[in-house]
Order: sequence, then C-alpha cells, then structure tokens
Amino acid sequence: MLGLGVDRLQADINRLLTSLFHQGVLDEQFLQLQQLQDDTSPTFVYDVINIYFDESEKLLRNLRLLLVDREFSDYKKIGLHLNQLVGSSSSIGARRVRNVCVAFRSASELNNRPGCLRGLEVVEHEYHYLKNMMHELFQLEQQRLLAAGVRYPM
Amino acid sequence: MVCEMETDQIEEMDVEVLPSMWPDDVGTEADKQFNVEKSAGDLDMLKEVDIAEKSAMADLKRLPELMNTTDQGTSQLTNLVKQWEYMQDHAVRLLREELQILTKQREEAEAKELKIIEEHNFESQEPENVPVLDETSDLFRRFRQKKRDKLVDSKKIEIDEEFDTIAYWKQKALSLGKMLEASTERERRLMEKLNESLKTMESHSAPVEELTQNLKRAEGFLHFILQNAPIVMGHQDKDLRYLFIYNKFPSLREQDILGKTDVEIFHGGGVKESQDFKREVLEKGKASKREITFETELFGSKTFLIYVEPVYNKAKETIGINYMGMEVTDQVRKREKMAKLREDNAVRKAMESELTKTIHITEETMRAKQMLATMSHEIRSPLSGVVGMAEILSTTKLDKEQRQLLNVMISSGDLVLQLINDILDLSKVESGVMKLEATKFRPREVVKHVLQTAAASLKKDLTLEGDITDAVPIEVVGDVLRIRQILTNLISNAIKFTHEGKVGIKLKVISEPSFACDNALNGDEEVQNGLTETSVWIRCDVYDSGIGIPGKLAVYLNALPCLFKKYMQASADHARKYGGTGLGLAICKQLVELMGGQLTVTSQVNVGSTFTFILPYKVATSDDHSDDQDEFSDMVDHQPEPDDTTEGYFQFKPLLGSIYSNGGPVIGNNFLPHKVMVTSPIKLINGFVAHPSDDIEQSETVQVENGGYTDESRLKNSSGHCLGSAHQYENGNGRCLSKESESCSSSQASSEGGTVEMESEFTVSSHREEEKAERDLKETSKPKILLVEDNKINIMVAKSMMKQLGYTIDIANNGVEAITAVERSSYDLVLMDVCMPVMDGLKATRLIRSYEESGNWDAAIEAGIDIKTMEDEQVCMRPTNRLPIIAMTANTLAESSEECFANGMDSFISKPVTLQKLKECLQQYLH
Repeated sequence: MLGLGVDRLQADINRLLTSLFHQGVLDEQFLQLQQLQDDTSPTFVYDVINIYFDESEKLLRNLRLLLVDREFSDYKKIGLHLNQLVGSSSSIGARRVRNVCVAFRSASELNNRPGCLRGLEVVEHEYHYLKNMMHELFQLEQQRLLAAGVRYPM
Repeated sequence: MVCEMETDQIEEMDVEVLPSMWPDDVGTEADKQFNVEKSAGDLDMLKEVDIAEKSAMADLKRLPELMNTTDQGTSQLTNLVKQWEYMQDHAVRLLREELQILTKQREEAEAKELKIIEEHNFESQEPENVPVLDETSDLFRRFRQKKRDKLVDSKKIEIDEEFDTIAYWKQKALSLGKMLEASTERERRLMEKLNESLKTMESHSAPVEELTQNLKRAEGFLHFILQNAPIVMGHQDKDLRYLFIYNKFPSLREQDILGKTDVEIFHGGGVKESQDFKREVLEKGKASKREITFETELFGSKTFLIYVEPVYNKAKETIGINYMGMEVTDQVRKREKMAKLREDNAVRKAMESELTKTIHITEETMRAKQMLATMSHEIRSPLSGVVGMAEILSTTKLDKEQRQLLNVMISSGDLVLQLINDILDLSKVESGVMKLEATKFRPREVVKHVLQTAAASLKKDLTLEGDITDAVPIEVVGDVLRIRQILTNLISNAIKFTHEGKVGIKLKVISEPSFACDNALNGDEEVQNGLTETSVWIRCDVYDSGIGIPGKLAVYLNALPCLFKKYMQASADHARKYGGTGLGLAICKQLVELMGGQLTVTSQVNVGSTFTFILPYKVATSDDHSDDQDEFSDMVDHQPEPDDTTEGYFQFKPLLGSIYSNGGPVIGNNFLPHKVMVTSPIKLINGFVAHPSDDIEQSETVQVENGGYTDESRLKNSSGHCLGSAHQYENGNGRCLSKESESCSSSQASSEGGTVEMESEFTVSSHREEEKAERDLKETSKPKILLVEDNKINIMVAKSMMKQLGYTIDIANNGVEAITAVERSSYDLVLMDVCMPVMDGLKATRLIRSYEESGNWDAAIEAGIDIKTMEDEQVCMRPTNRLPIIAMTANTLAESSEECFANGMDSFISKPVTLQKLKECLQQYLH
C-alpha cells in the first residue's frame, strides 16, 4: 500500500498534469514554477497558486461589480484589472485563463459592454475550472507527500 | 398403427398435414359413406356438392326444444327470420322496379297513340288550311309530303282515291281502323306480360323453400369444414349427457353416445377429469379451456385441448354446456420435449459458466500466487543490490541535494524490500515451507532490543516501555528471529497508530491456556531434543495508547477478523493516513499460530489497543552456553553483566529536544555524518566513541552470526536498516539505530542501572562558520537588482527565480516607488514592468533617464513624486553611468518594444518570465 501508493499517486499527478497541458489549461510556465520549488521553499507552487487564486478572486469580483453597474463607463479600470489578471495568469502558466482574459480585454478596449459581460462569464468559467484542477492536483500532491513520508521502522 | 406412423412422420416434418383425429380403420361403413371426400378443391364446388345430412348425431326430439329454449337458438331463428324478411324486401323491390319499367312502357305507348291521333286530326283538317293559291299550296304540299315521309313513315296511309271523295274517306277510315286494332293488340300483349310477371312474382314468394335451400347450403358448407377439422363438438345437458355430438369417435354409434355422459362412454385416465372440468364450468358459468390427456382403451393416449362454454336458457339459467375438443397430442409432446431441452440447455450453460469461472479463478489465483512469489524473489535480489550500492554511495562525499536524493532512494528501497519480504514470508507460511528454528535466547534482551530499535527511529513524543516479570525465565528456547519479527511488527504498528503516550511490551508467565491442551508440541520437542527441558507459556502484551481499532471492544481476534486478513486495514481512511502493506498483522498471526500460540487483540477507540500473543517456550538450562546462541546473548558474552540478564524494566524516551525539533536543512547543512563516519571519529555525548571502521566490521560480524539461522535477505535488510537509519541523521531527525550501537549502548545503559536513555548530540564542526563567512563575502559582491512590478504573483515568481539564480532583489510596486528606490540606493539592474498603476514603467524610466542626464530629480519632482532631497554632495557622488533598465512586457500592442526603447529602456523580457530568459538577461547586463 505504502510504497506502491507513492508511485500510483505520482502517476496520477503526472496524468492530471499531462491532461491539463493537453487541454491547454496550463503551459510551460507552470513547469517553471515547479522548477522554482526547492527545499528552501517546499510549498512554493502551492503558495503561489494560492495567492494567485486570492488575487484573482478579488479581481473577478471587482470586474463583476464594475460590469453589473448599468451606468458604468470605466473601461479603463476594467483594462487595468484585466492587465493584472493576464499578468499573473501568464506568470503561473494558466494559459487558458490568460487567453480568455486577453479576449475580454480587447472587448473592453472597444468599449463593448456585451462583449465584456460575455468575456467575464468565460473568464470566470475558466478560472473555476483551473481552480478545481489545481485543487485536485494539490490534494494528490498532499497524499503523495503523506504516503512518501511514512516509513517502516524495523 | 397408421396413426402412429403418421405422428412419427410429423415429428420430422416441419410443415405438417393435419391428420384426422381418429384412425382411418375404425368406424362402420355406413358412417363412412357420408364422409366428404377430402379432395375438396375450390370453394365453388361446394355449391354443387349436395351434402347429405347426417354426419352428426342428434337427439332430434330434444334438439328443437333446445333451439327453442336457449338464447342461442332464439337468436338463430331471429336471424333466419331477418334474412327471410330481407329477401322478401329485395323481391318486392325488384318487382316494383319491373312495374315501373312497364308503366313507363305503357306511357310511351300511350304517348305514341296520342301522337298518331293528333296526326290524323291534322290530316283531317288539312284541307281547310290549304291556301287557295295553287302555287303556295303546291309548296305546302310538298313540305307536308316530306314531313309525312319522315315521321309517319310506317303508318303512312295509302289512299289511292281522290281527296275528299267518299272513296277517300272510306279508305281512310279503314286504315285507321286497322291501326286501332294493332294498337289494341299491343295493349293486350302488354297486359298479358304484366300478368305473367305478376304470376312469377307469386311463385317467388315461397320463403320456406328458399330458406331451406339456403340452410342446406350453409349446413353443407359447415359440414364440409367441420368434417375435415380435427375437432369434436358436442352439446351436453346439465347432467352432462350428450344431446349432440359431431365428429365422434368412428366406432361409436348414436345409441352409444346420445343421452350418456363421458364417464359412461369412456373409461380410463382423463375422463373423470374432463367430466369434472365440465361440471366446474357448468357451476361457474364461465367458459374456459383446459388441456386434458386421455388414457382410454378406445383410442389410447391422446391429449385434447377442451373448450367448454355454458349454455343458458332465456331465463339465464344454465341448461348445459357446449363442448369443443381438439387433439393436441403431438403439439404437447413437442412442447414438452422443447421445454425439457431448454431446461437442459440452461442447466448445462449455467454449469459451463460456473466451471469456466472456477477455472478462471483458480488459474488466476495460481498464476498470481506463482507470479507474486517469483517476482518477489526476482525483485529482491537486484533490489538488494540497488539498496546496497546506494548505501555504499552514501558513504562517499556527496552534496546536500545528492544526499537527500540518496536518502529517499534508500528508504524507498528498504520499503520495497520490506514489502517483498512480507510477501515471501506470508507465502512461505501459507505453503508450510517455513521452518522454525529452535535457539536459545533471552526474552528480556529481545524485548529491550526491539524497543531500542523502535525508539531509535521514533519521530514522535512517545515513551516506550518494557516490563518483564521475574517469573519469566532468563533463557528460553524458541525461534528468536520470528518472535523478534512479531514483536517488531506489533511495536511498529503500535507506534504508527499512537501519537502520544506510551507504547510498551509486557511479558509474563501464564499457565497453559485452554486452546493448547491438545497441543502435542511439548512432548514431541522434548523427545527430539533429548534435553531435560520444561515448557513454559509466556504471554506477551504489546500495548499502546493510540487511536485504537474501530469496532467493539473485543477480546478475541474473531471479533476483529478484518485486522488479521491480508492486505486489510481497519479502514480505508487509516490506510491512506498511515500507510502500510496491511500484511504485518497477517504475518504475525500466522507466525504465532505456526509456533503453536495464539494472537489476540483488545482495543478501544481513542484509548488504545493491546495485542497479546501467547507462546510456548522451552526453558533452557541456564548453565548451557553453547555456540548456537543468538546474537544478543553473544554480544552480552563479551561484556558479561549479571544485571542485564535479570533486568525486567526498560524505558526509552524519544530523542526530543534540539535535534528533532530543529529538524531541517540547517542541521542537514552543517552535520555531515558521512564524513565523520568515514574519516573522523564522532563523539557521542553519552560516553562512548564509535569508530566507523568498527561499525562496518561489526555489521559484518552480525551478518556472519546471523547467517547461521536466517535467510540472507533479512540480514541484508536489517543491516540496511542500520545504515539507512544512520542517514536519517542527515535529515536532522538525529537518531542512530544500528545494531552495533544498540549493543554498545545497551551494555552502557545496563551498567548505569536500568533505564536506557539515548541522547546523541554531536560536536558541531567549524564548517558552518566557514560557510557563513563565505556567504557574507559573497553577499557584498552581489549585484543589487530592483524589480518594479505590481503583480504579486509575478513578484513571487520573479523573486523565486532570482533566488534560484543566486540573487536577491528589492521590490517596487509601481513607477513612483521605483524612482524612490533608485534615488535612495544604487542598483545594478532594474527590471521594470511596463503596465502599472500610479505610474507606468515607461514614465518611470524616462524620469530615471532624465535624472541620469541632468543629475537631479527635478523632472520627477515635477511629476509629483515626493523625493526627499538628500545632501547635494551625495547626489553628485552618485555614479552617473547608465543604469540598465529592462522592460518586462506582456507582448501586447500597447507595450511594443519600440516604445520601450524610445523611453530609454535597454532591453526587454517578454512575459511570462522564465528562468532561462532571466538568466540570459542577467548575464548580459551584470558583467
């Protein structure tokens, strides 16, 4: 159970990552993140992604508030928010979120309100998908660490 | 005979010709002659065939009665009457039509007559109308002539005489008279015709005759159909006496059937049943069908499908039944055959699938077992090689990372080895291959060593206790290896599931348990050994204060059966949390049972569990110190300590404090045991010096000693553990558990008197300080980098990348902060995000450049940045060489590279930043 579990979990993790890459949810930048994780910061990826989610959540909330307001016209502000989101998404390698954000941003540059609303929907959808996937990934990672940590005293 | 032959044929033929129900060779000639030939061709033939009545028998007196009294009879009569009426109507209609035609004819005739008369009138008036003028009269005459030629052609009256003479009129009268005669003659003929047709009409109106004929025809048709149909029909009154039967068995005569019941006519099986059935229908008043098999002398065994319906009179009272029987013997036979076949088929199929399943399972199991055993064996040898090599590798000079990798490698290898050993052990025990050794050993030492070993690898704050009652003999004979294995297994289990409190082993002598009464082990062994040994039962409790085993408090393992099953853990959650192969307890149980003992468990959730095993041992004579002593006693022999052999209580506390709680890279960094082990002696605070060379030597001797009674893999494993655990030092988990040190420390401890406490602290070498100094030196020469970025994530990533590249960076969150930072201290490089709030990277760069050119921050101050102007000297002292500013762009239109360059940036990195890009950039601008 033990020794085998680690391999299995690792395989699961790899499979999940592969599928995420395949779907274009993630890109190479995520690997960069993983490379940055070392003993001095063993939970680096987790931390970064967590902060990313916190920040993005805020941004998305703001975006929604801005867009829901009927008399709104501050497309510049939306652009700023989206810049943030695009920047951080590309930093962690969340390719799909980044791409839909870029589309959203171009809609906002054209002051296209329906386009913005649609863009927001899509971004939120992608964002949640990513979040779910990451959650799963981290859970697997956690299990793997647990499994790897147990030893047989003899 | 014929019938049988026919049925035989039928069985083979799919398309069957329906045989006559009754055999051909029975029946009287008289009956036969009325049978209609079978070769009834077209239906048209029917009309010609005049079927003689009397293919049925009927009580003629009572049948009309029946017809008159029953509903069916009445309705039939009504039908007949209706039909007759309809026919009458039809005839009347026909007559009327004829009458109409005749009337029309007459009218026509009359019209003609009238015309003729008119003509004649006209002729008679003609002269008066003739104009006086000849010319015109001539013309008129000609026209009239013409007209006469045309219209009254046939009736043209030839008058030779001159007009208006007497002769003329005479002649005319004569001819008219003739015409009149002809007309009357015609009229008379028509009248005759009319009379004639009236007469024929009268002759048509004889309904009874017509009906009789119709009925005859219908009856003939019915006879024709029924005679060839394989059915018997009949009517029985309410005493079930036949009033009418059709297609009766040929040999029976009218007097044999009519007025009799079934029972009176036939004898044999089924007759009674049919009688009862008919009676039932009669009583219930509900038509129904049933299959009845008759076994009569008359026609043998035949199955009939019988349909019986009750017959009511007008007062709705049942007055009898109509009965219809069809022979279905062949069908029934076939059906039964079919059902049987189907049943057989199903049974066979089920058996087949069951068999294949069994075969499959057996094969699978055998193959799996075989494979597991072979594979385990095959894997073990190369794996031991790998682990061994890794261990050797670990004694060489390695850097931190390599060491960590190696540790993981070794511990994983150990794990797999353990797993494989478990599997092999289990299969050995199962297949009965495992043999027990009988060696002399000291229980106290075994317990102590097990606890010591466990304590050494302990990662938790647990107290390990050993308690052995005085009654336990100093030396007993048994399979020490297996017992040790059981103890180790149970203890490690206990530790695994205990997070705080105690884990311990208790040993005491008990009287012979009930389950062992019929165990003949004692006598046999004594005879075999030929020694004067006495047997003793020792009960060993391994208790803990752990999470307990979910399930009711159970005294015997039967109540906790799952635990002892292979690959089974108390719950899936535990498996995930605690890991383990799930083989441990199963092996323990099997081993204990193999040695003639019993393993039980009591447990309470969240309070703890106690695993108890009771084993018989032989007491060895104490003065017997032969060569086959186990390792422990052997060890002790080198330093004989009288106390040690009788010491009954041990306690081990985990090596908490600095080493464990600090656990982390710091210790890993500074403490390099491999060096120590190989080159320099390591000093243990608790008072003895272990030389690494000694270590190796001793472990080798252990192997040699062990080799006598254990298999090699175990040895490898145990020795592997020594080294493996030694490596754990490096992880900062600081425990040493090699057997050599165990023995040393145990002897040490025993001399101290009882409680063995392992404390190990190592002298910290000066290595650490050196490294620190080096780092400091490096720090001063490190380039200063400023990252201007507003995105938290990007900052984290960039920071981490820089760290990996060996740089530290300062952070500014926007252009304004960047300028402030640049103003305050000098940087070697600025990484500038372009898109930022407050002030973007382009403007910030412009301002920095303007400062570099002008030497003052006027432009920046103008832009509204609050810069605390420093002393002029300092400002002037600043190096004015160009500060490399590298843009980080997201590659959008708004952030074109041209713009970056135009605003004074030196280069740009496109986002997302990768390690490679960063590295290249830094290499370019920092040297």
